Amino acid sequence: MKAAAVAIASLVALTALALLSPQWLVFMAMLMLAKGVVVLGLLVLMRTGLVSFGQGLYFGIGAYAAALLSHGLHVADAAVMLLAGAAAAALIAALLGLLLAGYRDIFFAMLSLAFSMILYGLLVKSAALGSTDGFNLHARTFFGVALAPGVERRVFLIAGAVFAVVVALLVHRLFRGHWGRLATGVRDNELRVSYLGASPYRAVYVNYLIAGAMAGLGGALAALAVGHVDPETTYWTTSGEFVFIAILGGTQSILAPFVAATIFEALRTVASQYAPNLWQMSLGLAMLAIIMFLPAGLWTLAERRRRSA
Amino acid sequence: MSSILPVAFDGIAYASWLFLISAGLTLIYGVMRILNVAHGSLYALGAYAACSLAGVWLGGGLPAAGSFAMLLLAAILVGCLVGPLIERGLLQWMYGKDEVVLVLITYAVFLIMEDVIKLVWGVDSLLLPEPYALPGYFLLGGLPYPVYNVLLIAMALATGLALAWALYRTRKGKLLLAVIHDREMSMAMGINVSRVYLATFAVGATLAALGGAFTAPTIAVTPGIGVEVIVLAFAVVVIGGLGSLGGAALGALLVGLVRAATVRYWPEAELFSIYAVMAMVLIARPKGLFAAQEARKI
Repeated sequence: MKAAAVAIASLVALTALALLSPQWLVFMAMLMLAKGVVVLGLLVLMRTGLVSFGQGLYFGIGAYAAALLSHGLHVADAAVMLLAGAAAAALIAALLGLLLAGYRDIFFAMLSLAFSMILYGLLVKSAALGSTDGFNLHARTFFGVALAPGVERRVFLIAGAVFAVVVALLVHRLFRGHWGRLATGVRDNELRVSYLGASPYRAVYVNYLIAGAMAGLGGALAALAVGHVDPETTYWTTSGEFVFIAILGGTQSILAPFVAATIFEALRTVASQYAPNLWQMSLGLAMLAIIMFLPAGLWTLAERRRRSA
Repeated sequence: MSSILPVAFDGIAYASWLFLISAGLTLIYGVMRILNVAHGSLYALGAYAACSLAGVWLGGGLPAAGSFAMLLLAAILVGCLVGPLIERGLLQWMYGKDEVVLVLITYAVFLIMEDVIKLVWGVDSLLLPEPYALPGYFLLGGLPYPVYNVLLIAMALATGLALAWALYRTRKGKLLLAVIHDREMSMAMGINVSRVYLATFAVGATLAALGGAFTAPTIAVTPGIGVEVIVLAFAVVVIGGLGSLGGAALGALLVGLVRAATVRYWPEAELFSIYAVMAMVLIARPKGLFAAQEARKI
């Protein structure tokens, strides 16, 4: 019940934001939602004890799938784009997962990185997809309803909010269900999980697939927000950013990725405005501080306050 | 047929450059279990320091041949000043953390150093063409080929042999191998592990800076040159097997030749080919070509 209340409250707040705030804030909120969804997917994966340094692969696939629908097939419906982004990413994750689910630790991280860099290498050299420049996309309808120019982003934000809340609720159920609980078992002791008759391979596979699909959805959402896609979405620094946001928020709560993504985007906006050459440094210092003093992420601050109150 | 020789030379020259950087990366991982993302910024720092030092040398009207010594000096300075600074100032407090957390810590160092470089040297490109042009060219399969690349190959070979000799033939090297094999037992036997870590990181950092310093004359040194290098070096090290010096050499050669061949015959696939090789090697041998198998603990 608590989860439902939080979900409804977030939806109301985001809808109000979409209708009332200036365009730049709507844009930022969309990016925050997009990254939050990707990082929440990463959290699903991290419960198995594995960290992917290649979620940019699925983020990029989601973004390009949405953009290609608009560009190549002249589909102009935002909802179709979001679903297609998630579906395309899930398809690739279903294939690569077969292989990756057999790897652990740093090898899992490096192999997932390699796959994202393969896609980057392909995109950079494919002239048909605009090489390093990428290309634009346009969405003019939502579930078949035509959108007046100027309000598209506001509608997309509401749509994104609905998608994100639904996904977050599903993840909430997942964590309490069979696969979610098996995941933490795999993290703690894989061999014992096998002795008990469950398959760690399948647990990793399922969680990887979910993480991939969510990154695809996030990618499509980000593409709708920016109105443009480029190969940078699949570069390793993008994947590193997702891991950073995950560490920033911590793995304690389903809300943490969204809160952390908001802080991250706000920090980036302020830093790029006032000190563009110090942005990466502040990011690095923040990351070191979190790892040293709040190893479970910013969410521990909220927990501490609750306990002392 | 005449094109095969230059392609092979290009591949080996590229492999030499990759080996210098990857050897440092694999050494640090082997001893300290840290996959050092900041290796990329040490590489960049080496390139920048080389530009500055050689620039001062040439600007002072001193003989141009001495600029090679300046490249070497730049690498050693970066390795022996910045390397220990990172290890003593930060990493020594982090040992024992999870490997993935250590990757993130060095990623943070990488981000910080990227901006430090911008603050110190600015955001404009630096050029240092003199050492590249100085040794001249020779004819290879009918095409002029830079002697500088041959020097690079010779230096990588010498560095690799020196490293292997130091590791397997000297007392200090054997102590290092003992630490790699079993850290706790080495401590119990009285090896100063903390000092071994410091020395390893300094040597690894010097190798990264060496790669950067000797690349500086062939490229425009700009912010962000370390970003691409680090994932390339990762690929090489993972192909060879993390922590294996011979693996790094073989991985570098494999990547170098594959890249040179694709650049010549199928240029669109350049980046793709390198990571495709890495993925294929990992699929066939999950821990790389030369990695030791470890027992699984219950």
